[in-house]
Amino acid sequence: MSNLLYCEGSSPVHRLPAQVKIVCALLAVICVVATPRTEFSAFGLYLVVLAGIWTVAAVPVGHVARRAVIEVPFVVIALVMPFLGGGDRIAVLGVSVSEEGTLAGWNILAKGTIGVLTSLTLAATTTPRELVLGLQRLRAPAVLTTIATLMLRYLEVIAAEAKRMRTARISRGHNPRFLWQVGATARGIGALFVRSYERGERVHLAMVSRGWTGRLPDHGAAAAPATWLAGLTPVLLTAGVLVTAVLLP
Amino acid sequence: MTGSPDPALLVERLAYAYPDGHQALYGVDLRVEPGERVAVLGPNGAGKTTLVLHLNGVLSGGSGRIEVAGLPVAKRNLREIRRRVGIVFQDPDDQLFMPTVGEDVAFGPANFGLSGEALDTRVREALAAVGMTEHADRSPLHLSGGQRRRVALATVLACDPEILVLDEPSSNLEPVARRELAEVLVSLGRTTLMVTHDLPYALQLCPRSVLIDEGVVVADGPTRSLLADTDLLAAHRLELPYGFHLD
Repeated sequence: MSNLLYCEGSSPVHRLPAQVKIVCALLAVICVVATPRTEFSAFGLYLVVLAGIWTVAAVPVGHVARRAVIEVPFVVIALVMPFLGGGDRIAVLGVSVSEEGTLAGWNILAKGTIGVLTSLTLAATTTPRELVLGLQRLRAPAVLTTIATLMLRYLEVIAAEAKRMRTARISRGHNPRFLWQVGATARGIGALFVRSYERGERVHLAMVSRGWTGRLPDHGAAAAPATWLAGLTPVLLTAGVLVTAVLLP
Repeated sequence: MTGSPDPALLVERLAYAYPDGHQALYGVDLRVEPGERVAVLGPNGAGKTTLVLHLNGVLSGGSGRIEVAGLPVAKRNLREIRRRVGIVFQDPDDQLFMPTVGEDVAFGPANFGLSGEALDTRVREALAAVGMTEHADRSPLHLSGGQRRRVALATVLACDPEILVLDEPSSNLEPVARRELAEVLVSLGRTTLMVTHDLPYALQLCPRSVLIDEGVVVADGPTRSLLADTDLLAAHRLELPYGFHLD
């Protein structure tokens, strides 16, 4: 489960400290969002930057593409907008569409896609554990990073517990395919919630017993300025594209 | 273990009622000398776990006094007390929460201020003591029940506690894992308090046993003679497994 998004590798991108990659991804997305929607070529260049990272990181395009399917609902909205938008109408391939709606749809599609691809690239080259440590090094609130760590650890425990409970239900003749039996499933989820809550209390006790004070220990080193510079190269490129696109007539 | 006159653990007249009014302990007295291995026996609901949670100050607010190697369990000492009292909880899944075994073993000592080479050494030693060195980089999820139990023990050993407290260490273990854990526990040579229903395990590991029921100590003596007292056991809802006899 934790390896759903991660793509095993040892490239320079993989080895980069997580905090550098998080900042890089965030700034790059901000640049993309700030790009005027009519600067069509800029979005193409952003895609080139991403493709460059995939090449260096040896992440197959298919790996990212398959997971980008999560964006489909937004694509649907983007595709509907040209027909629903108001204002001037233009003809595209013989179909009358709203000019404003088309641009708005394109805006969502282009920025959304590049945003999703950026996140997936980050997730493909950084393990969930590293991501949490990166956030911690970026001084994210300790409560959030602790919750994320525990979630990563216990998601599988709880999933396994849910599976065992389901097996036990089915063994006693429960057939969740029938709607009138959904009640048992619902009660199962309720029981699972209570159990998880109780487990949470026990985990907390065990942590306190080992001297936990609210912050997870981090044994990683801080990133050197040169590492930051190298890691932020994609952002420099992205920002360069943005500035050029805005300044050039 | 320095030959100091202080007992490893001293509990005097410990009484405690939960916030809902349920009185769990009615004045427990217990003295454990350094190096001793003592079993705490008792039926479900006898107050064993409540006692354990008092030893490192997770529960407090009752009356009575607890000292660990001479240091009173009090708010100002909590950090040192939690280092001195290493509790291994019943379900390793509650105890092991970090992504890798090594990180989990490092969690405690890091909280107590160790870092760098000293921390690495401590982690290595703790894993070696339980025979889990080669699993340092694995996820606790992918270990067997017996291995998880030993890693849970290592996470506490790494804090170098004065007294090890084990809550039902043999539960859910297959016979071989059970024996392996016993061998590890004996090899450690540390002061140990073992809470258990598993009477043969208590006999195997602990020369002395304390029987707790309804919040008080009802018997304290050599494990063998305590377990041979069938009437005493029966009076407190305990019995040896089928086929076992002690004379």
